[in-house]
Amino acid sequence: MAPHPASENSGIWKLIFGRLDWSALPLHEPIVVGTFAMVALGGLAVFGLITRYRLWGYLWTEWFTTVDHKRIGIMYMILGLVMFVRGFADAVMMRIQQAMAFNGSEGYLNAHHYDQIFTAHGVIMIFFVAMPMITGIMNYIVPLQIGARDVSFPFLNNFSFWMTTSGAVIVMMSLFVGEFARSGWLAYPPLTGIAYSPGVGVDYYIWALQIAGVGTLLSGVNLIATIVKMRAPGMTMMKLPIFVWTSLLANVLIVAAFPVLTAVLALLSLDRYVGTAFFTNDFGGNPMMYVNLIWIWGHPEVYILILPLFGVFSEVVSTFCSKRLFGYSSMVYATVVIAILSYLVWLHHFFTMGSGASVNSFFGITTMVISIPTGAKLFNWLFTMYRGRIRFELPMMWTVAFMLTFTIGGMTGVLLAVPPADFVLHNSLFLIAHFHNVIIGGVLFGMFAAINYWWPKAFGFKLDRTWGVRSFWLWVVGFWFAFMPLYILGLMGVTRRLRVFDDPSLQIWFIIAAFGAFLIACGIACMFIQFGVSIWKRNELRDTTGDPWNGRTLEWSTSSPPPDYNFAFTPVIHDNDAWADMKKRGYQRPTGGFEPIHMPSNTGTGIILAGLATAFGVAMIWYIWWLAGLSFFGLLAVAIGHTFNYKRDFHIPRDVVERTEGERTRLLAAQG
Amino acid sequence: MSIRERPYYAGRMTARPSAFNGAFLRRIAPLLLLTLGGCDWVVLSPAGDVAMQQRDLILIATLLMLLIIIPVIAMTIWFAWRYREKAQAADYDPDWDHSTSLELMIWSAPLLIIIALGAVTWTSTHLLDPYRPIERIDSGRKVEPAARRLQVEVVALDWKWLFIYPELGIATVNELAAPVDQPIEFKITSASLMNSFFVPALAGQIYAMPGMQTVLHAVANKPGNFEGFSANYTGTGFSHMRFRFHAMDQAGFDRWVAQVKASGAKLDRATYVALEQPSEKVPPMYFGGVEPRLFHAALNMCVQPGKRCMDEIMMTDARGGAGKESARDVAGLRHDGTIDVGGFHPVEPGKKGEIAQPAGMTPAAERTPAEQGHQAPGHQQDADGHAGHSGHGGM
Repeated sequence: MAPHPASENSGIWKLIFGRLDWSALPLHEPIVVGTFAMVALGGLAVFGLITRYRLWGYLWTEWFTTVDHKRIGIMYMILGLVMFVRGFADAVMMRIQQAMAFNGSEGYLNAHHYDQIFTAHGVIMIFFVAMPMITGIMNYIVPLQIGARDVSFPFLNNFSFWMTTSGAVIVMMSLFVGEFARSGWLAYPPLTGIAYSPGVGVDYYIWALQIAGVGTLLSGVNLIATIVKMRAPGMTMMKLPIFVWTSLLANVLIVAAFPVLTAVLALLSLDRYVGTAFFTNDFGGNPMMYVNLIWIWGHPEVYILILPLFGVFSEVVSTFCSKRLFGYSSMVYATVVIAILSYLVWLHHFFTMGSGASVNSFFGITTMVISIPTGAKLFNWLFTMYRGRIRFELPMMWTVAFMLTFTIGGMTGVLLAVPPADFVLHNSLFLIAHFHNVIIGGVLFGMFAAINYWWPKAFGFKLDRTWGVRSFWLWVVGFWFAFMPLYILGLMGVTRRLRVFDDPSLQIWFIIAAFGAFLIACGIACMFIQFGVSIWKRNELRDTTGDPWNGRTLEWSTSSPPPDYNFAFTPVIHDNDAWADMKKRGYQRPTGGFEPIHMPSNTGTGIILAGLATAFGVAMIWYIWWLAGLSFFGLLAVAIGHTFNYKRDFHIPRDVVERTEGERTRLLAAQG
Repeated sequence: MSIRERPYYAGRMTARPSAFNGAFLRRIAPLLLLTLGGCDWVVLSPAGDVAMQQRDLILIATLLMLLIIIPVIAMTIWFAWRYREKAQAADYDPDWDHSTSLELMIWSAPLLIIIALGAVTWTSTHLLDPYRPIERIDSGRKVEPAARRLQVEVVALDWKWLFIYPELGIATVNELAAPVDQPIEFKITSASLMNSFFVPALAGQIYAMPGMQTVLHAVANKPGNFEGFSANYTGTGFSHMRFRFHAMDQAGFDRWVAQVKASGAKLDRATYVALEQPSEKVPPMYFGGVEPRLFHAALNMCVQPGKRCMDEIMMTDARGGAGKESARDVAGLRHDGTIDVGGFHPVEPGKKGEIAQPAGMTPAAERTPAEQGHQAPGHQQDADGHAGHSGHGGM
């Protein structure tokens, strides 16, 4: 048995490297070593290719330092997709372990490894897949839909992205250096206290989330300011596209909820680093305080994830039914009600911690009440389809799949909100099935609808339909194969996070679930093939109109991809389906009279700050105090230094605008 | 005094009306279950009245919601088909986006369902509150007002369950027994981590939390050997933190008690402290005697010699505290222990663990299953050697 790391590091080594030493490399875990070899090879290949084609300069000037909301949006999506592959790999490993570990078999993962995997799966999927993806979509689409040229604070946007990436880098690092938390994705104390988790795992968790949290919070502030202040003239609040409404409320939730997460993790850090007793068992600490606080953030978080996708579905339904959205104001009010109620339900995550019957009933009933506005939304989509003319393009297919899947997930959610029912279903695989049902059926299906819907806007060509349809069916069927068995196992009294099982009669259900995961893996493969094939055949799939779906909102009024400045002239809005209204009234695109356009300049400050933040996080995790101090003061210095940078903007000259718009005029004319 | 002499309940009586109509459910439940398969669906076919009522509630709530879910699903499929582009439906109306009557309906239909479900929730949450003594043995029999409840004190340890029967003066590890149709009152706590005490066949779960006591009232109606476990993840040994719950007739229970009593082992504080050390896959253990008020000490985190009980500390604090001179007196307050991992954690250098731990207590983080003599699987030990997880031998 290896000695405690602290005992090995002594003297100068400890001063320089803190508690980091050779034992931090998981050389005895063949799975991790294999993964590392693959990642290293893949990384080297990418690095080599970029160097060979001399792309570093291009990446730095055009992407890493960009303040263009569109490019930042795309980078968020890439981050989300990369982390999705990692999070899904974790899911597959869990499914295989649980399908194997019967009849005395311990499976192929020991507790130390397995417990990290389910923690990493949850953390990555929520914080580094779902969050970057919704932020990415909002970043790309919101300014376009409100007729703005960028977000309110373009530099902050770049900085937010890199801070989120920094968090993701720290999580990925934990795979190969040290370990990740073995605590479940919300890291409840006392298990995560220093007494029970002395290793670096929980510290990786804390610093990854704290650093990424800065990015999330700032991007929330940024998008709220953008939506409130930068709408095109005539676009009153009740003329906002629904996606902008849902984005606004999601960002309000972010700004109100994420500070709670930051605070609760800061308190946990104090417990771990300086010996305070907020959440300890002894010295008057109380772990239940942590559970309350983390869910006061955690429940709004699930609405932060789903609300923007509700907006996506609204846009998609209306576009592909070629019809105005049914019950616009009812949709807006439903969203507002959901946002408010999301703060009044947190206790339903722990009915079983011994609250009184009245408290439990209150939170149970508030939870059920949320299903009323959610139900109203569903009906609104339904009655948008009614008397419509539905084109079953990929985004619409995902939307119908969502409506059918999410309904079931909603039902099981309301069931879990009945406290006495929750007493038998809490922490069970029924619960796991429920939240995957709403997160996959809602957030992920919505994301796929959004990707298929807005891809042509971002890249100027549509996504290949054949591979998209294959991906769709594999995902939808795979989802039911993967999660129906979990509902059933939950009703058999099987709970979550188990590594081995006694009862052999359960095994068949886990095998079916693993088969479902296999189908989903094929669905993911098809999606990546779809991207590849579409890029390969981009000339066949090319759209020169900028409006391939006969869209209804402003983003379809500009070219695909939109020019850096989005709109040569700021549009004037008369209706909530602004572009449909303009088309109906015979809008003529202006072809002359252009002016120079004022734009923000690129800056490398964001990526430098995030790099320093990464160093700070790693230093804190490994107790490398000199590096922590140095990087912290570096952060302050660079941040202050940036305030003296007055070269923050420039004008796109008139002739560049004229050339860009002239090109579009030519393309549109060629279109006929 | 034998447990048999007490009048725990009296025969068949009219039960108080339940929150929902049990008879109707009993008629349709088999139908529902038939479609769902075998009888190992313990949540849907439990052996205890509390779990049975919870099952009924799941079915009631599901049926109520299906009233709206099924039409929605049917309409989605129907509209998707009826209004597909190819069908060229004649009533296409691109500007139709509002209908007051329809909007009233789409808000009020879910509202009505939720009002009904909310009423069911309010009553059932109060009637099935785990802290509320149960009032019926099953749907046909009421609990006699004078009846006494079988007392069981539960302590979740890493990673096994300790059950103390204070009236009987016995204790067991990883084995629980109770007579059929006998109301049971569990008082539950944990020695270290947040567990959840769950016997699906008997009743819903409730958390077992250190320094806190939760309560569960339940009754078993059918004899049998059921599974119990921790439903909340607690680290390495969590998967094996399981016990058996034996529901038996009164004679069988008396025999079981006699068998436990026959064990010479006595659960005193020293035994408890040893037992508290982490261990996995612990076979059932019997203790024929238990030190009085051991559960009280476990709950108040003062089983260890030299520890001060939380209730005493709270009383001292309520009276104005123990004065400034008590500021340095922390040894009696530390429960979890801590170790010097090199951070700023206030353990005096060179005195590693000394403040934290009185003699005989290993810091929680350094305890390993091997110390208890229950061998963990071989690769478990390898896992323990991983960076960040402290082995016990290396200090």
